[in-house]
Amino acid sequence: MSLLEVDDLRVHFHTDDGIVKAVDGVSYRVERGQALGIVGESGSGKSVSSLTVMGLTRFFKSARISGSIRFDGKELLTASDEEMRRIRGNEIAMIFQDPLSSLHPFYRIGKQLVEAIQSHRDVSRAQALDRAVEMLGLVGIPEPRKRVDAYPHEFSGGMRQRVMIAMALANDPKLLIADEPTTALDVTVQAQILDLIQRLQSELDTAIVMITHDLGVVAEVTDEIAVMYAGEIVEHASKDTIFASPEHPYTWGLLRSIPRLDLPRGEELVPISGRPPSLINTPGGCYFHPRCPYVREAHRVTHPGLDPVPDDAEHTVRCLLASDTRRRLWRELQEGKDPEQARTAVGIDAEEVAP
Amino acid sequence: MSTPLIEVRDLVKHFPIRKGIVIQHQVGAVQAVDGVSFDINEGETLGLVGESGCGKSTTARLITRLLEPTSGEIIYNGVDIANANRRSLLPLRREMQMIFQDPYSSLNPRKTVGSIIGEPFEIHGIERDKEKRRRLVQELMEQVGLNPEHYNRLPHEFSGGQRQRIGVARAIALKPKLIVADEPVSALDVSIQAQILNLLRDLQRELGLTIVFIAHDLSVVRHMCDRIAVMYLGKIVELADADQLYDHPRHPYSGALLSAVPVPDPRLAREKQRQVLTGDVPSPTNPPNACRFHTRCPKFVAGHCDVEEPLLEAKQGGNVAACHYPLTDEEIASRVPTAAA
Repeated sequence: MSLLEVDDLRVHFHTDDGIVKAVDGVSYRVERGQALGIVGESGSGKSVSSLTVMGLTRFFKSARISGSIRFDGKELLTASDEEMRRIRGNEIAMIFQDPLSSLHPFYRIGKQLVEAIQSHRDVSRAQALDRAVEMLGLVGIPEPRKRVDAYPHEFSGGMRQRVMIAMALANDPKLLIADEPTTALDVTVQAQILDLIQRLQSELDTAIVMITHDLGVVAEVTDEIAVMYAGEIVEHASKDTIFASPEHPYTWGLLRSIPRLDLPRGEELVPISGRPPSLINTPGGCYFHPRCPYVREAHRVTHPGLDPVPDDAEHTVRCLLASDTRRRLWRELQEGKDPEQARTAVGIDAEEVAP
Repeated sequence: MSTPLIEVRDLVKHFPIRKGIVIQHQVGAVQAVDGVSFDINEGETLGLVGESGCGKSTTARLITRLLEPTSGEIIYNGVDIANANRRSLLPLRREMQMIFQDPYSSLNPRKTVGSIIGEPFEIHGIERDKEKRRRLVQELMEQVGLNPEHYNRLPHEFSGGQRQRIGVARAIALKPKLIVADEPVSALDVSIQAQILNLLRDLQRELGLTIVFIAHDLSVVRHMCDRIAVMYLGKIVELADADQLYDHPRHPYSGALLSAVPVPDPRLAREKQRQVLTGDVPSPTNPPNACRFHTRCPKFVAGHCDVEEPLLEAKQGGNVAACHYPLTDEEIASRVPTAAA
């Protein structure tokens, strides 16, 4: 049994404009002590799916949630609010993107940490404060005994994020969800925080779900990667597979559209044309087809399933192209061809491709 | 290529910190930019990189004279514009334009796209004929990849990437010589960033623009820039050609920055020894003595780095860096993912 099992999760918001299908049939598993990276752009559903795991979308009147989330064998979607409150911040903890707005400006750091500890542990204030000091020391805040009395505004962005991590880990959670934890930080501070998360993961054996748009961050921290697009997972594989032999055109697009320090400097960027679809009127067929350079007539009609590739059951892809064709296309792209040249080289009929 | 369009000499900007309500007195100053000198060559892209608070945006706003420098010279076409008044700056404003980071707050939500892009013509009294101006604006929209039929739409009807295109169209409307782009893609989604970066490069080639490109993302800067200035706490610590900087950074701070960038290649990520700087950037109101980086520097030598300020001078490989103990080739090879093998 995995620590976290998400099956066919759907989160639909009923709005005046229509039904926003923020998460539309997402399934994944996270093992104990493992790290899963969820990569996607804004509006791909990566945050909403994790907020739902935390039980934070259940309070929205407009949200319709279905599917199943089993944590440590317990079904979370049907758990009562009281049960969820006991799990949240205790067995599952979360850190957010913006450490300034996630801390209360009015209360001292120590008081906020003590509150987080006392709401799950039956300990005295003094004991909780000791634990708070210990956690601040663990995440690398100098002179924690003194700094525990500071207010959030006295801390820099990186220090605040450390406080958030200390708070999240104070109750020894089994699962830590990190939603863009380093996006608001400078690179040198980002490196400190990523190092810290990795160190804590190996020391405390916490499982991690890392949500980010930055492929560099997932390459450093995670074991497995799920790529999300328009509310669905479009590709899921081990980290090495995603970077070495990705099979979804959207993943290729992501990898080819960012300037990379590990490639020669003159390398042309190949942007993904168009923009992410509206989640109210998702395109028919494959959701990626309006932006896909390899689209064929059938792709506008048939919606692809998330299927394993022929020789690797752990690598699943949501694409209607034949796996063999995808691999040939990726080889051409890796040689520096642009999508059009790759299409010609592989021999996908140009007539059929016409937009 | 090598004639300087702008020469910046010893530029300083201190923001005073005042106390008191009726009788105000100055109690200190944020030393945002503290004596930077560099040239911007015609037709090149100069990158300014550094962490938040290093003074890169302030430098950009000083060059475009959106801020008044405390002291120093900004020589444009042989004339010092550091102390020029509003009136004499007006013709210069046609030649220097800015692109801002946030495509949401940098466009007036109540104006149509047509009037936003047409505003530079309005301000400078160019092409008063409505029909002709409309045609000019629509040509600009076409040029940056917007549909000219959307002339009468409002900013909220566009996505982030399209809004940034509107910002670009407005910036190139008067055919400027210099464009200062302050974090132009950091608010955009990854798949959209490349569209804007490619657009800027194409326009530079077509219009012969000189670009000052500010970003904190070192991969983006490497992709876009010919020369790069690395800033730390209001000072330039290293100035080098892009290849030189990424192949062999000499200043320990540049090295640490490059070492910190997460590389989207799991194999490389495992092999690389990441050099993690401890602590945070000190406050610019009270920067450390001598070398400002000495409090966080892995190569700090007590009694030297905190006493004698290093000057910007040529180091091995042609980089210009301000450091007493520049990085050696061995140190670079083990820490920096882009180091020349």
